[in-house]
Amino acid sequence: MKLINRLFIILISCLLSSLALAKDLTVGLKSEPSSIDPHYHNLGPNNAFATHIYGTLVGSDENQQHYPDLATSWKPINDTTWEFKLRKGVKFHDGSDFTADDVLFTAQRAQNVPKSPSGFGTYLKGKEFIKIDSHTIHIKTKKPYPLMPNDIMTVKIISKKNGEGATTADYNSGKAAIGTGPYKFVEWVPGDKIVLKANENYHGAGTGAPKYKNILFKPIKSGPARIAALLAKDVDFIDNVPPLNVAKMKKNPTIKLNSGSSNRVIYLHMDQFREDSPHITAIGGGKIKNPLMDVRVRKALSLAINRDAMVSKVMEGIAVKAGQLLPAGFHGVSDQMKPDPYDPEAAKKLLADAGYGNGFEMTIHGPNDRYINDAKIAEALAQMFSRIGIKAKVETMPKAVYFKRASRGGPNKSPEFSFMVLGWGAGSGEASSPLRALLHTYDKSIGMGRANRGRHSDPVVDKLIQKALGTVDSDARGKLLAEATEVAVGKNYGVIPIHYQMNTWAAKSSCSYTPRTDERTIATYLNCK
Amino acid sequence: MSPKLRKFLEFCKDFSSNKVALVAFLIFLLILFVAIFAPLVSPTDPYDLNTVSIMNSRLPPFTEDFSGNYFLLGTDGAGRDMVSAIFYGLRVSLGVGVLSGIFALIIGSFFGISAAFFGGRYESLIMRIVDIQLSFPSILVALIILAAFGKGIEKTIIALILVQWAYYARTARSSALVEINKEYVDAARCLAFGNTRIMFKHILPNCMAPLIVVGTLQTAHAISLEATLSFLGLGLPITEPSLGLLIGNGFEYMYSGDFWISIFPGVALLITVASINLVGDHLRDMFNPRLH
Amino acid sequence: MTAFICTRFAQSILVLFIMSLLVFGGVNLVGDPVEMLINPEADQAEVERVIRELGLDRPVTEQYWYFLVNAFKGDLGSSFIFGEPALKLIIQRMPATLELALFSLFISLIIAIPLGIYAGYKPDSRVSKVIMASSILGFSMPTFWVGIIFIMIFAVQLGWLPSTGRGEIGTFMGINSSLFTLNGLSHVFLPALNLALFKISSVIRLTRAGTREIILQDYITFARSKGISEKRIVLIHVLKNILIPIVTVVGLEFGSLIAFSTVTETVFAWPGMGKLIIDSIYNLDRPVIVAYLMIIVTFFVFLNLIVDILYTFLDPRVRIKGDHQ
Repeated sequence: MKLINRLFIILISCLLSSLALAKDLTVGLKSEPSSIDPHYHNLGPNNAFATHIYGTLVGSDENQQHYPDLATSWKPINDTTWEFKLRKGVKFHDGSDFTADDVLFTAQRAQNVPKSPSGFGTYLKGKEFIKIDSHTIHIKTKKPYPLMPNDIMTVKIISKKNGEGATTADYNSGKAAIGTGPYKFVEWVPGDKIVLKANENYHGAGTGAPKYKNILFKPIKSGPARIAALLAKDVDFIDNVPPLNVAKMKKNPTIKLNSGSSNRVIYLHMDQFREDSPHITAIGGGKIKNPLMDVRVRKALSLAINRDAMVSKVMEGIAVKAGQLLPAGFHGVSDQMKPDPYDPEAAKKLLADAGYGNGFEMTIHGPNDRYINDAKIAEALAQMFSRIGIKAKVETMPKAVYFKRASRGGPNKSPEFSFMVLGWGAGSGEASSPLRALLHTYDKSIGMGRANRGRHSDPVVDKLIQKALGTVDSDARGKLLAEATEVAVGKNYGVIPIHYQMNTWAAKSSCSYTPRTDERTIATYLNCK
Repeated sequence: MSPKLRKFLEFCKDFSSNKVALVAFLIFLLILFVAIFAPLVSPTDPYDLNTVSIMNSRLPPFTEDFSGNYFLLGTDGAGRDMVSAIFYGLRVSLGVGVLSGIFALIIGSFFGISAAFFGGRYESLIMRIVDIQLSFPSILVALIILAAFGKGIEKTIIALILVQWAYYARTARSSALVEINKEYVDAARCLAFGNTRIMFKHILPNCMAPLIVVGTLQTAHAISLEATLSFLGLGLPITEPSLGLLIGNGFEYMYSGDFWISIFPGVALLITVASINLVGDHLRDMFNPRLH
Repeated sequence: MTAFICTRFAQSILVLFIMSLLVFGGVNLVGDPVEMLINPEADQAEVERVIRELGLDRPVTEQYWYFLVNAFKGDLGSSFIFGEPALKLIIQRMPATLELALFSLFISLIIAIPLGIYAGYKPDSRVSKVIMASSILGFSMPTFWVGIIFIMIFAVQLGWLPSTGRGEIGTFMGINSSLFTLNGLSHVFLPALNLALFKISSVIRLTRAGTREIILQDYITFARSKGISEKRIVLIHVLKNILIPIVTVVGLEFGSLIAFSTVTETVFAWPGMGKLIIDSIYNLDRPVIVAYLMIIVTFFVFLNLIVDILYTFLDPRVRIKGDHQ
């Protein structure tokens, strides 16, 4: 009898709690943030999550365009100084006022988080923050710095009052997790859930007021499991729907899918710095001069890629063919460049012209757990190259091993592979990000070409990129970046773009998500009827 | 008829008295055949990128593509024929299982017999190590090796050898202890044969029966463990897919209804492990008359 | 006696030391955690800062020395990813794993003991043969594959039970566990059954062997001759006598259930320690890998030590042999 009573009580309480949750949202996330501290780990899931709790001076909308969030306006007042006017009347979650002191404190703190595995120093160092009055600041740099709003956009503002002396653990426990964002932090159980509640006093700029009373984030790493949870109504909304499930889910009337192209291009790096490349041989295994040094061979490879088949078959239609480093619409892209056509005959001819008419053998290296369908992309490429006489083997490995070897697994910490599949998401939302990292000559001292794993090097490209980075005028800078892309990708084939990744979100049918190009999952972009 | 042959025939008769075990043994022989001759019996070479086409990905069982290839068990996400993938997978799974079993048998019986033979501090040291090792669950031992040293075919084999050797050592020692007191060992000692010769030419052959029983059951266990590790992404690399990896790869297609990619390799694994287990179980009963 | 315990204790410490050397040394050879952690847009200066921050610029021997010194103070290092003490992360996940293991132990005993008794009581019946054959099948079925099948049948096709994660948490007598809510139970059922599968097979065999032995004992014959019903004989005499050894053995093997839960947790996305270690291996979170392995090795080594010592108290022969060493 007692047992039955007990069960009854449990049943009732379950029912009641489900009624109370009617206006709540449960989100199934692929990757949970590694911390609630917004400056601890500069990585996608953390930055996306932190947007719920914390504001930034410059906001970034679904197309990574700027909008005023905690700053109402910003402009360069001379070559080396930017002025930011701060929004008045904004309150932190604990009721304290937001002022210039908080910004100055944030700028200091964000560069100096102990044990941080990836910090914000890249965006903040060399910038001097000066308080003019309680709601005006100046940021000074040594050289002209046009990308100021892009850098400032990445840094979440914390409260000085709550943040002084606070450690990352204090943020994780909620003690210091005080921001100006649309939601307040309630609880985090790593691996299990994060709970937020609405901030009724949200200042209302950007994406607007919070739409749900409570949000529960559940990390569900496996794609199939996320879908199952959505179908079972365990969650209302999931991110990163695997492409292979999209077709079937589209037929399901209880689910609403939203796909959007991202700022991430999937591309190929080719060894252009070794006469004798380690993973390339003549047919049969003999020594051969590295064919990838010849631009005709690189062009031939691009022409041999059937990008339509890649998009429709490998990516299940959930991707966009790429002809440059960022999709149209972003700042600094070229409006001249189109994806290369599929033309195996022309490719064969180019190979023959370059003296490789008999083909050669090479190994394509790629990750198998980093990008959408990455291992399949590598395999499909090998199939396509075999059609123009290049015998390609495929070796894929987990990202844990891959990136180290791809960056510096060879002798003297040089890149180990000859031909590799990679991806690049432009976090800054404009073309200088991929250009300086992937195509500028590798130069540690000036922080250029950090991810240039093929070591492409062209002084013309370098000059264009550097000139662009010092050009404050936005249009002029955009032109320079587009020109750099046209030379580096269009003429030199320094890298070969394949496609832009698309991301798909799925929600119950009464909701709709506005896809973000930066791949972030932010609850305020979900609209429910 | 030589006595050896007669003994063998008697053994065969004994073994066949259990029909289940006999059938299991025949199935195992068939699997072994398929595994060894996978390149010859497979309809296609699943890892030759010139023949595999991405256009054929995820075809259900019993379909034919435009060029007339017939896929009895369907294709996987990369367009590979499942039958061929399973045959090649069997080859890897059995290869890793048997290879690690043989190494473990050699290492284990060496330490087991020498421990029994020399006794004293050496014996207590070896047996202490064996005891400690056996107190750990097999998956934990494998996990330690693979977590610490990374994945790869040779590391998986090392992990599986480490998991198994202690069982062989224990069995070898206890049978060797019985054998050592027999007359033929004394006789060999009188003839001043070297220790190595006595241990491995005289004692070892007489310990083989229980070692073979342990060997069969351990091999089944090793195959199963390798599949588990590969499924977890810690075992074999993706370039050499064993059955475990095939199942793991199919897992992501499960929710979209493409069940065959995961189910069929699993059935193959189950049949393999179960047939070895049944044979081993029966062998154990035969060599352990106490149970009857 | 004291000498024996001391020797065994020293051996345990030695095992732990060798393990720490092996695990720490090995983990530090694999991959590059910085490449995994850092934002691709970070410049070289930032990369170098992170390498310093994580202590990866020091020689491995020095890192190991710090690890040992701190381990003695109860600090097993901080997670590269979460920045929090590895020990804390593991302890946070421990309840989920324990509740899964306990529940699956419960399921396996409930299912296996009746089947085992039946198979031992009527060894030649058809049903018994089926039971024993299934137990071999149970040994042969790879746990993770059965888990996948479970998900496909019960979660995807029938939609009866959830396939992933842990359910709501309830509180009962001050203990927080998802076993105390209906939602929680529905979540734990499939993974627990999956984890129990192997155990069920072994307990069936154990019970069957025990039952067969007891059935032949004099006191059973005596009870029968006194006219006690067969039902009573099985329920009272057999059950009572086999339960103790079975529970002892199964209890001692509880550790292996925790070790094998790694697999089940991965299939069902159960947020326990096992999933943490697999995730950490993927993400090269070295401190967590080392801490987890050291904690679980310590657990097993000391469990073993305690069992050894208990045996010497219970069985003097072991003690004599031990003193000989």
